[in-house]
Parts: sequence; structure tokens; C-alpha cells
Amino acid sequence: MEIYLMIMLVLMIMGSIFSLSAKDLLSAVISYGIVGFGLVISFLLLQAPDLAIVQVVVEVVTLIIMIAVIKNTTHEEQKKDFNFSAIIYFAAIAFFAVTFFVVFDKMTGMLTNFGDHFTRMRMATAYINGVHETGAANLVTGIVFDFRAYDTLGEATVLFTAVVGVLTVLRIKGKKDEK
Amino acid sequence: MKGMSIIVKKICQILAPVIFLFGLYVVAHGHLTPGGGFAGGVIMASSFIFQIIAYGSILPKLRHEEHGLEFLESGAILGFLVIAALGLILSGTSIFFAEFLNKGTAGNLISAGFIPIENIVVGAEVCAGISIIFMALAVFKDEVTK
Repeated sequence: MEIYLMIMLVLMIMGSIFSLSAKDLLSAVISYGIVGFGLVISFLLLQAPDLAIVQVVVEVVTLIIMIAVIKNTTHEEQKKDFNFSAIIYFAAIAFFAVTFFVVFDKMTGMLTNFGDHFTRMRMATAYINGVHETGAANLVTGIVFDFRAYDTLGEATVLFTAVVGVLTVLRIKGKKDEK
Repeated sequence: MKGMSIIVKKICQILAPVIFLFGLYVVAHGHLTPGGGFAGGVIMASSFIFQIIAYGSILPKLRHEEHGLEFLESGAILGFLVIAALGLILSGTSIFFAEFLNKGTAGNLISAGFIPIENIVVGAEVCAGISIIFMALAVFKDEVTK
């Protein structure tokens, strides 16, 4: 079992490294598909059919969309040099680093200690009793749509925002034609 | 985008309804078997994408369908929020996403309170969203090449 998982992981790492160094963008996208489909097999090996179903369909649709984009635009990778001066770079890095560390320090104070098993056990027990509390035979759906319904709302909003962004970028020409 | 050969079109005619039906099954049984709103929605969207690739993009028809799907997507995400707010109002407790329906016995098709309704709403939202993205790309290419 674990040897198959290790073989899949090595294949996925090789695919992602190749997609970084590929000259043609189409071969980069296709070799990135190795990562996605390797992830499907890994999920099946780890006995997670819920994730495997989502991953296989999303991977196929994403590959189709990416190939459509590349066939519509260009195969060549374009490199741009930004003309910002070094001071702005360092200022931005320092600003984000300081903000991140201050907020991180504040937030970690509220959490329980690292490796505190009692809290994790309490959450897991509550989830496993979820069948009685939600009535859903599929425990994963019970968690995703009841205990973690806020997360699902966030995911749906992310997809909505993505659609709005795609339409805003792509439909400018079409809207001019209609006028 | 041009359509493909007659063989592909005929096979698409046979397979696309089966794929759509399978997506509906995955959404409807989301609280019983692996899958759910997200997986089923993407399966349904893939049947639409299959049809667009096989038949090519017919611009006026695609524009019309895109408007309908935009309405469906916005309505679905609004429905999700309405379900959450109904839990706040009807259940008597002041909790967002609180259960307000009868739970039933676990394992039946009609059980688990509002989880099947949420599954259907999220399935519609995901199906409409992915289809709109692909349709926008197809329409965009035809508008550029014209």
C-alpha cells in the first residue's frame, strides 16, 4: 500500500518539476495533469472516495479549460520585467512580514498548545456522533454541510467570485458589440 | 469553435443525458453515498461542456443560455443564504445554519433535515458556474476570430 503511494508521489513530483521547466505551455499544462490524476489515485489508495470523485471531475474540466485557453492565445511563455525599484520591494516585504508576525503572535495566543490531543479528540468524537445529530448517513456530507456549513458557504462564494471575474475579463468585447 | 464529426455528435447525443442523470443521482444521494453537491455539479457541467465541444458553439443560442445560467447561479447562492437565515428564524435558537427540519431515520433518501436541499442548491451553483466559465471562453474565441 505505502509503496504504491510513494511511487505515485514521486511521479507527481517529477510531473510538477517537468511542468516548471517545459518550453511549451501546452506540455506544461499536460504534465501538470499528472499531478492531478496522481492525486486521484492517491486519494483512492487512502480510501477517500469523496475527494477522489471531486478531484477526477475537476481535473478533467480544468485541463479542458486550460487547453482551450492555450489554444486560443499562445504556446510561448512571456516574461516581463517589472520596473519597480528595489526600495519598494524591500518596503513591501518588510511591511507584510511585520504585519504577519504581529497578527500571528496575537492569534496563536488564543489557540491551545501544539499537540494538545484532548481538544482534537473532543472534536473527533463530536463528528463521529454526527449521524445522530445530523441524520445524514454520509458522515463527510454531514460535516461539510452542517458542522462546517460556513466553510461551504465560503467555497461557493469563491466559485461565484471566480465566475464574476471571468465574465468581467472576457465579455468586455461582447458587451461593446451589443450596444 | 467548430463542431466535430457525425460519429462524435451521435455518441454525444447518447452519452450526454446519461452523464447528466448520473450527476443528478450523485447530488440527490449526497447525504447517503460518496459525492455531494460539488462533485455532482461538476459532473452535470461536464455534460454541458461535452455538448459544446461536440456540436461547436452556436453564438446566439449560447448567449441566451449564458444569461439563464447567470440567473441560476446567483439564485442558487442566494438560496443557500436563505436556508441559513431560515435556520436562524425557524429553529428558535439564534444560530446561523441551525437545523429546522425533521431529521428522519439515517439511511433513507428523505432524511438529514436540510442537508439534501443544501446539496441541490450547491449542485446547481457549481454546475452553472463551471458551465458559464467554459461558455465564456467559447464565446470569447468566436468573438475574437470574427
